Amino acid sequence: MAAATATLAVEGLKTHFFTKAGIVKAVDGVSFEVGRGEIMGLVGESGSGKSVTGFSIMRLVDPPGRVVEGRILHNGEDVVGMDGERMRNLRGNRIAMIFQDPMMTLNPVLRIETQMVEAVLAHSAVSKEEARAMARDALGQVGIPSPDERLRAYPHQFSGGMRQRVAIAIALLNKPDLIIADEPTTALDVTIQGQILYEAQKLCRETGTAMIWITHDLAVVAGLADRICVMYAGRIVEQGETGDILDRPAHPYTRGLIGSVPSRNTRGGRLFQIPGMTPSLLNLAPGCAFRERCPVAGDACIVEPETTYPLPGRELRCHRPQLQAAP
Amino acid sequence: MTVFVIRRLMQSSVVVAVMSLLVFVGVNIVGDPVDMLINPEADQAEIERVMRDLGLDRPVHEQYGYFVVNALQGDLGKSFIFGEPALQLIVLRMPATFELAIAALLIAVVLGIPLGVLAGLRPEAKSSKAIMAGSILGFSLPSFWVGIMMIMLFAVMLGWLPSTGRGDTVPFLGMQVSFLTWDGLQHLLLPAINLSLFKLSLVIRLARAGTREVIHQDYIKFARAKGLSESRVVLVHLLKNIMIPVVTVLGLEFGGLVAFSVVTETVFAWPGMGKLIIDSLHELDRPVVVAYLMIVVLMFVIINLLVDIIYSVLDPRVRLQDASA
Repeated sequence: MAAATATLAVEGLKTHFFTKAGIVKAVDGVSFEVGRGEIMGLVGESGSGKSVTGFSIMRLVDPPGRVVEGRILHNGEDVVGMDGERMRNLRGNRIAMIFQDPMMTLNPVLRIETQMVEAVLAHSAVSKEEARAMARDALGQVGIPSPDERLRAYPHQFSGGMRQRVAIAIALLNKPDLIIADEPTTALDVTIQGQILYEAQKLCRETGTAMIWITHDLAVVAGLADRICVMYAGRIVEQGETGDILDRPAHPYTRGLIGSVPSRNTRGGRLFQIPGMTPSLLNLAPGCAFRERCPVAGDACIVEPETTYPLPGRELRCHRPQLQAAP
Repeated sequence: MTVFVIRRLMQSSVVVAVMSLLVFVGVNIVGDPVDMLINPEADQAEIERVMRDLGLDRPVHEQYGYFVVNALQGDLGKSFIFGEPALQLIVLRMPATFELAIAALLIAVVLGIPLGVLAGLRPEAKSSKAIMAGSILGFSLPSFWVGIMMIMLFAVMLGWLPSTGRGDTVPFLGMQVSFLTWDGLQHLLLPAINLSLFKLSLVIRLARAGTREVIHQDYIKFARAKGLSESRVVLVHLLKNIMIPVVTVLGLEFGGLVAFSVVTETVFAWPGMGKLIIDSLHELDRPVVVAYLMIVVLMFVIINLLVDIIYSVLDPRVRLQDASA
């Protein structure tokens, strides 16, 4: 897919946090593309930089963090240097975001109606009544019963799952090209999670909206995403088609992630775990960030691995790729 | 809501009843007003006559019963000194004090909230640090000293503003008020600023603390992610959330403002309730003191009720709890 036609193309994105203790390279050279109607799973542990990647695209990284390098092309136009007013108009309009904790994303003292209508009015010159009608339709679209009545309610009158539906409805309001979903089902119970995943997938297929689904849960993206990017310590270590990655993970980290998901085959046995912890992003040693925890690391890993393409449609950053079938 | 108000009114009446007993007994064990009122050379018969006239010959519990029966009919007794109903004396001076207190409250809110929000939005900026340093001064400098300094500077040295009295007053809603005349407004300015300084500092600190807390909430980031303008994020999403503690505290502090006005009224010779109560305490004018305290108690009770009602309007989550209670 050529860069000009991709809904979103991120090229060499670096987002660093300038703290008193030093520079934290939360995102350090991330590149990927998302096409129209495509769902991309961005997978990684806590602190791997996946959320910061999402916020960088929205240009909502809190200080002391900022994008220091790279381009973020939305329909071919660079978001990074865009002036404030144009960026504001892009947010919630062409690029929408859904947050992790539905209990915290809605303002507790404003009615759902207010919070939805303002999102419409911020981007289009329609009357309040029209905006309200759009809000009602969006609530109906995400499966909230009696949306007319619910518009008058306050967030605390909704359950967590319902609040996340409201947040998704807000994201859908202006029919964006791209939705960034930052672990939107993590705080929900499994049945609700299933419903929301199903609806998200349906929406993308129907409307052609692209989606970046940020999660630490490989099982979630396995059934949802078209492609997967695996992030580790601010870098994408492996990227490819979902089925392909799950069948033949080449990076030892990806293999570890897949191995640590409980399945029928591992029942009764000891579940695999990746030894050690995510490294501190402050003063990260040069070379492959995963080598301390890597079962196959060797002398070559002292040097930062370059991106290679060991398989068709696969991007990899590893000196010792595991190209045989999955364990 | 109605059930809530009725329940609160019943609780309040118990508070008022208990306070009336405490106040009445408290005032009655301090000093002997007859000594203050009567000619030192008066004979025993004269003293007894005065005591009988004032009802001071009866036992305290009987005096209290008599007071309660009258109070329920709106009669809080007659001033020993002026011979006029105590309630009337106070009510006459009430508009002056309320005008001062409300003016001070307005200054505190109108200046305090924007300054506090500014300081909260950019905590590292020089201007924010200056605002916070100023609020520390507002907290710690004694009110009477600041009052005197303000008179020195603005009235004596610069001669910009008058230092005493209310100036010209005009009737407004049946009360005499200063703020509607140019002269009255000039007279109001210094005492109102003096009285507001403490509350202003309080509002700045509350608004700043609220802003620091709310600005990092997900719902603010989400509001930005919706593409709202920065002014809408701050003026609607942020402000409505920080108003909850500000309104609560200010409501409760309004009573304190009226009570603290005693000092400001004394410094600026503002003819309000505070000055009356100081004079009455000096002269052991029991009915006036009791009536004043009863009015203050009543005022606190009413303000608390109003604060709860406003609170429930600002915070929708409170409404639900009332309904289920």
